[in-house]
Amino acid sequence: MAVNSPDTTARGGAGDATIRVRGVVKRFGAVRALDGVDLEAETGSVLGLLGPNGAGKTTAVRVMTTLLKPDAGEIRVAGLDAVRQAAELRERIGLAGQYAAVDENLTGAENLTMVGRLYGMPRAAAKARAAELLERFDLTEAGGRPARGYSGGMRRRLDLAAALVARPPVLFLDEPTSGLDPRSRLALWETIEQLVAEGTTVLLTTQYLDEADRLADRIAVIDRGAVIADGTSDELKDRVGGERLEIHLSDPAQAGAVGDALAPMAAEAPFSEDGVVKLAVKQRAGAIVEAVRRLDDAGVGVDDVGLKRPTLDDVFLALTGHAAEKRTGDDANEDGR
Amino acid sequence: MRRLVSDTLVIAERNLVRLPRSPDLLLAFTVQPIMFVLLFVYVFGGAISTPGYDYVDFLIPGIIVQNIAFGGFVTALGLNEDLHKGLIDRFRSLPMARPAVLAGRTLADVVTNTLSVCVLVVTGLIIGFSFGTSAGEIVAGFGILLLFGYAFSWVFALLGLLVNSPESANSLGFIAVFPLTFISSAFVPVASMPAALQWFANINPFTVVVDAMRALWLGAPAGNNVWGAVAWSLGILAVFAPLAVARYRRAAGGR
Repeated sequence: MAVNSPDTTARGGAGDATIRVRGVVKRFGAVRALDGVDLEAETGSVLGLLGPNGAGKTTAVRVMTTLLKPDAGEIRVAGLDAVRQAAELRERIGLAGQYAAVDENLTGAENLTMVGRLYGMPRAAAKARAAELLERFDLTEAGGRPARGYSGGMRRRLDLAAALVARPPVLFLDEPTSGLDPRSRLALWETIEQLVAEGTTVLLTTQYLDEADRLADRIAVIDRGAVIADGTSDELKDRVGGERLEIHLSDPAQAGAVGDALAPMAAEAPFSEDGVVKLAVKQRAGAIVEAVRRLDDAGVGVDDVGLKRPTLDDVFLALTGHAAEKRTGDDANEDGR
Repeated sequence: MRRLVSDTLVIAERNLVRLPRSPDLLLAFTVQPIMFVLLFVYVFGGAISTPGYDYVDFLIPGIIVQNIAFGGFVTALGLNEDLHKGLIDRFRSLPMARPAVLAGRTLADVVTNTLSVCVLVVTGLIIGFSFGTSAGEIVAGFGILLLFGYAFSWVFALLGLLVNSPESANSLGFIAVFPLTFISSAFVPVASMPAALQWFANINPFTVVVDAMRALWLGAPAGNNVWGAVAWSLGILAVFAPLAVARYRRAAGGR
């Protein structure tokens, strides 16, 4: 699917923000789940909200989709105020997410028809739209069976289809691929890219850096209820500086020795995790040879050494001082398709 | 308003469509009440003295009222499940009438309650129950049953939105409803209870509703019970429906 090439005709003009969030605060008791969040997404673009569990991503989605009232700040989505024009706004947004909110007791077709009718469509129109979406999401065959028997990937597709019933111009996806196996994730990514190519504005939350890297035009990094950085993936990577040395150790216990051995060539303190040491170097030229020599002199066993462009992982680490969540394989086998 | 009606019907349909697909639910609405009737009539019936009536005649109105009060459990469990599976979030993100999710649920309960009541009446008729009143009074009795059951569905709707899990909805519901139904005139004459329980039983709305049913179906002295039953039902509805809707508006889905 050639969807990465920007389809300029489907996009709005520059500065045409479909989502604009200013200074939004949301407290739960003493906890400030959102502590002055600013966000902006242009029409037809994908804004990635990147952060670990508990950073405030879901709360941000909930205030933008009218499910929660913010304690302070302003939210405009599709030109409508999310608090004062909540009812009108609900006509123009679609919400899908990590919970795959489908009724397991209904069939795929019944789920979509129900949502269509709740958008105010007549029964026949809702049924036709349901059939159309089942076809699009490769669920036609499963459409007559209760969703209880669907795989994880099928449920996500049905959930996303439900969010699209009314052809909303703005789509909110809360961790759309968490818990999916790699193949289902890829399929869902392609679907999202297609929707964007058709002109839909998407706000996507994720804790997966590769997901933000691939899908988002702009990324807002959120940590402890605040946006700590935003920009394109490249801009964020540039902020962390140039290339870094990545050293895979034979013995993870020697991570400390690496820091000592390479201190003269390091631009900043190294970061090590699971036997991999990452180090920004003062000078790129000759860095690998020098590092190998120094490590050899220090008696540190090395499996692999390389110079890498910073990843969003590095960005996240540099910005927050802690690593991003590692992807867990918990239910990675959920999808049998 | 038109939106509220159509959205309510869509949700009610959603909750009824699942019935034939859930054998466990169907059993709960049919076999379980029959079992209770048979147990009470044949196990306790001989030991409980109900002056003026055969125990089966005495029991059927009482056990139907108890059964219909429990009918709303489906609403509590279902709403709680919807909440935790994110469906409430989906509904709340749709441009639908706000009370429709609850109104649809409780309306679906009316249908299942009607099914249960019919099953129980037929069971009763088979084992010796007989109506002693006019057709009009019998129909009025059905009306009061369904109204009372509808009011209780809203109590359960609030419960389902407040608790953390279906399990706690279950245990809290039982703790609340069991004593209410047993410390009433549903299964034994109130006069046979200790004084303190008699005092409670006499002010218990279940006693009022059960006595109203006995008046309408058996021809027992009515007193103010029929109007009392209507008043209690409307009162419960007036308090719990707004509370449940208010809670729904703020309901936090997901975890």
